[in-house]
Amino acid sequence: MKRFLPLLALAVAALGVIASLLPSGNGSAFDLQTYGRLPVLVNGRLKPIDTVARTSLLVLQGRQRVTTPDRRSLSPTEWLLEVLYAPTRADTYATFRIDNPEALDLFSLSPADGNGGVRFSYTQLVKDLSELDRQAKLAEEVEDQLRTPFQREVLRLRHHIVLYQHLENTMQVPDSPDFSAELRQFQKALPAGIAALRARGKGEVHDEAAFKAMMEMARRYDFMDQSGYLLAIAPVDGDSNLNNWKTPGRALLESFDSGVINPTVLDYAALGQAWRSGEPDSFNQIVRRLEQEFVQRYGPQLEKCIIEQRFNSAQPFYTAMVLYVIALLLAVFSWLRWPQVLGRSAFWLLALAFLLTTGGILARMWIEGRPPVTNLYSSALFVGWTAVALCLVLEQTYKNAVGSVAAGLVGFCTLLIAHHLSLGGDTMEMMRAVLDSNFWLATHVVTISIGYGATFLAGFLAVIYIFRGVLTRSLDRGTAEALNRMVYGIVCFATLFSLVGTVLGGIWADQSWGRFWGWDPKENGALIIVIWNALILHARWSGMVRQRGLMALAVFGNVVTAWSWFGVNMLGVGLHSYGFMDAAFYWLVGFVISQLVIICVALLPPEKWRSRVA
Amino acid sequence: MSALPRHVIGFLTSLRVTVVLLAISIVLIFAATIDQVQLGILAVQEKYFRSFFVFWNVPGSEIPVPIYPGGYLIGGLLLINLVAAHLYRFQFSWKRSGLVLTHAGLVLLLIGELLTGLWQRDSQMQLQEGETKRYTEDFYLNELALIDTTDAQADTVVAIPEELLASGRTIQHPKLPFQVRVISHLPNAMLRMREQSPSAPPSPATMGVGTRVAVLPLRATPRPSERNTPAAFVELVGAEGTLGTWLISTEIGAPQEFTYNNHSWRLILRAKRYYNPYGITLLKVTHDVYPGSDIPKNFASRIRLKSDDGRDDREVVVYMNNPLRYGGLTYYQYQMNKATGLSVFQVVRNPSWLLPYVSSIMMGTGLVVQFGIHLIDFVRRRYARPLPVSTP
Repeated sequence: MKRFLPLLALAVAALGVIASLLPSGNGSAFDLQTYGRLPVLVNGRLKPIDTVARTSLLVLQGRQRVTTPDRRSLSPTEWLLEVLYAPTRADTYATFRIDNPEALDLFSLSPADGNGGVRFSYTQLVKDLSELDRQAKLAEEVEDQLRTPFQREVLRLRHHIVLYQHLENTMQVPDSPDFSAELRQFQKALPAGIAALRARGKGEVHDEAAFKAMMEMARRYDFMDQSGYLLAIAPVDGDSNLNNWKTPGRALLESFDSGVINPTVLDYAALGQAWRSGEPDSFNQIVRRLEQEFVQRYGPQLEKCIIEQRFNSAQPFYTAMVLYVIALLLAVFSWLRWPQVLGRSAFWLLALAFLLTTGGILARMWIEGRPPVTNLYSSALFVGWTAVALCLVLEQTYKNAVGSVAAGLVGFCTLLIAHHLSLGGDTMEMMRAVLDSNFWLATHVVTISIGYGATFLAGFLAVIYIFRGVLTRSLDRGTAEALNRMVYGIVCFATLFSLVGTVLGGIWADQSWGRFWGWDPKENGALIIVIWNALILHARWSGMVRQRGLMALAVFGNVVTAWSWFGVNMLGVGLHSYGFMDAAFYWLVGFVISQLVIICVALLPPEKWRSRVA
Repeated sequence: MSALPRHVIGFLTSLRVTVVLLAISIVLIFAATIDQVQLGILAVQEKYFRSFFVFWNVPGSEIPVPIYPGGYLIGGLLLINLVAAHLYRFQFSWKRSGLVLTHAGLVLLLIGELLTGLWQRDSQMQLQEGETKRYTEDFYLNELALIDTTDAQADTVVAIPEELLASGRTIQHPKLPFQVRVISHLPNAMLRMREQSPSAPPSPATMGVGTRVAVLPLRATPRPSERNTPAAFVELVGAEGTLGTWLISTEIGAPQEFTYNNHSWRLILRAKRYYNPYGITLLKVTHDVYPGSDIPKNFASRIRLKSDDGRDDREVVVYMNNPLRYGGLTYYQYQMNKATGLSVFQVVRNPSWLLPYVSSIMMGTGLVVQFGIHLIDFVRRRYARPLPVSTP
């Protein structure tokens, strides 16, 4: 029975995970699955429409869920369809997050007017947009780091409004009652119109009405092109250059030369009309036709889009987060009761969560064609992954649930951090010129992230030692000695990787900037981690510290790593600006203070510890 | 051994001293990072790292007080401590081989940084498409060039470093038929047309554009990305007396001309030049962006490299993460303006550039060996005598 229970827990969890990975039933007569994976080009990358919907929502309102005024809940893709094709409806959905009360004053709104006190609809904001624009212009004059929270909010909000308007203008002219019909009419009028244009160009007699109608169309489609956000129209057959993807507006302007309207634009317009008037059959027919076209021309890219969409809806990192918490609780309880059953169950759940994050990271790597760490977001994923991998090794070696608790803690925390970092937009962004080097991303960035992960892990193991020792009697000599070895081993590992990573960074800098070392804040941060780990090792070898001291030093490693990882990025923020501090800065300060408190606890005299090991 | 030397040796080789020094160095690096926000990166390097002490000015005065050991002092002490400890306790054993290798690598790295600080010279080369240059220009230093252009075949150039002008001495040179007297020198200044600033004091200049220009002193810029624009008034004095006083400044783009004893002369204050025995021609600049965005993907310059001895005459592409190393200099793609066909290279001379590569290999290998030995040891012991599984 004892052997059987942990495996049962694993089986149940595994079933849950598999269920989350399977494509979910649509629940809608519209084929949203297929629509969601159609590719569009945004910010340098072909991505599924589903990703555009999700990242836009994260940027605008910090979450992917949308509730309509009549309490229906929309999937991200449904919301995007509303914005693209039924803007009057979409304008009433509360999808703009405004936290700053002074910014609300601009619109004569109070938190009570918003969904959940912070989310507002475009309709609520639209009448005062000119004032927002004026405030944003004033705020732009101020140097970035000196802006007040109000000014930052104003600029952020204007950016969001612009994004939203660009989405609305991208597939159709928003004031068109039936864009599909408009295009059909345009198609009919085109031959006469072009003739009028040409005649007028040569100074010959021409049909003035047809000419005027054409000019009006040109104005409308030029507006669409100027404010269009999605490059949704592929170039003509045989042209595989991604640079030639265009907005529907641009494609319509090209009709004046070619005399025909781009069929994809027509399809999308008809699809929009079908969505707006609620005709699933015609919607589904068009979606499948569009998909067929893309399959023929962009097979491999479409395959990536399908995987990316599946990855988006499966949310493997969210599931893993839940598993980490459950495992953490099981492992902690295993110190109190049923160590065998609970401890092993925790281990298996962790292994499953680890497998899931590994899969998620691999999927991202495959979609991007990049090594695992490309930005702050993916560094959070990878730092956590490294720490959990080490924990699994430790747990398999010592089987005392310490590794599991640490894995649950670090795994959960890093995924939580990653979640907050993902609110900035698409997490698979293009790498700017200097960073566009898979070799250095794979070597320097990966090693340094492993160093971060290991240093954090040593710190968290030390926290476990301190709390168990001070607060409970459960830290016996055997466990204490095991923890001592774990921390020492992990610090060795961390030293190796931070040192090698830092030096590789120096070599990259030498290759691209002409100096090995420039005392730049990020470099200094990495160097401090190396020196701190070296200090821990030397302090231990010289006998300056024993178990308790080692733990206190290792906890400070958390502070050093957090500073290097996030703190240096905030330097411009934290020190230059008076009054304003980013929310993340408060979290960092809070974390540092908590670690300092833990160090003070560790320094309590041994007789105050409930376990007699120190 | 008597007590005192033993104490000294004990202190020099102590691991505790190592730990303390490491802690002190962390505080130094942290403070320097924070101070960068105010001071800029170059000033911080000088103040914290390339110094023996960090000085602090008593508020309201110019009296510097040393308040903290600087990079040279801490680095030097760490080096002494490290070398002394290894020499004193040195006994070769395979178990310690990784440690020795790591520390040897560390020594090499510190030496490499010291040499870089002493030897590295940064300059830049700005080229328009189609333009050829045989020299690079210093990022910060300037020189006063006096050019005798009488001979149509070859100019005679005498370049006087700006530091010499700043010292205020009268300068004499065998190739110059006159002396250069510095009337005044400003490290950073702005030029204005006289009509625009009527309240400016009368100009000491009697010749050239300086008679029509007012000079407004500025504070020297602390930012590494900005260049000071110095100005000076110099009087040229021949055997028969003065030739006049000129205003020189890097703000004045074109050389000023005059004749003396039937020789045509030009004078200009310009970025200090370093000449190369080869020419570099910029053929083409490319700036790629990711499709459908303005995110830069790459900056590349296609250049032609032609050496005077005729051994090299080839085309090279310099782009991000791919510099050109040639003749002891390294050319990095630094700035670019695609619209105007301008490309700027950062040019670095650093004879010790290879040392960090060697030392990093040594340190990496050393740590792998050392921790590998630990790990094998640990695994072996564990299999011999498993730890008791803890019970709560």
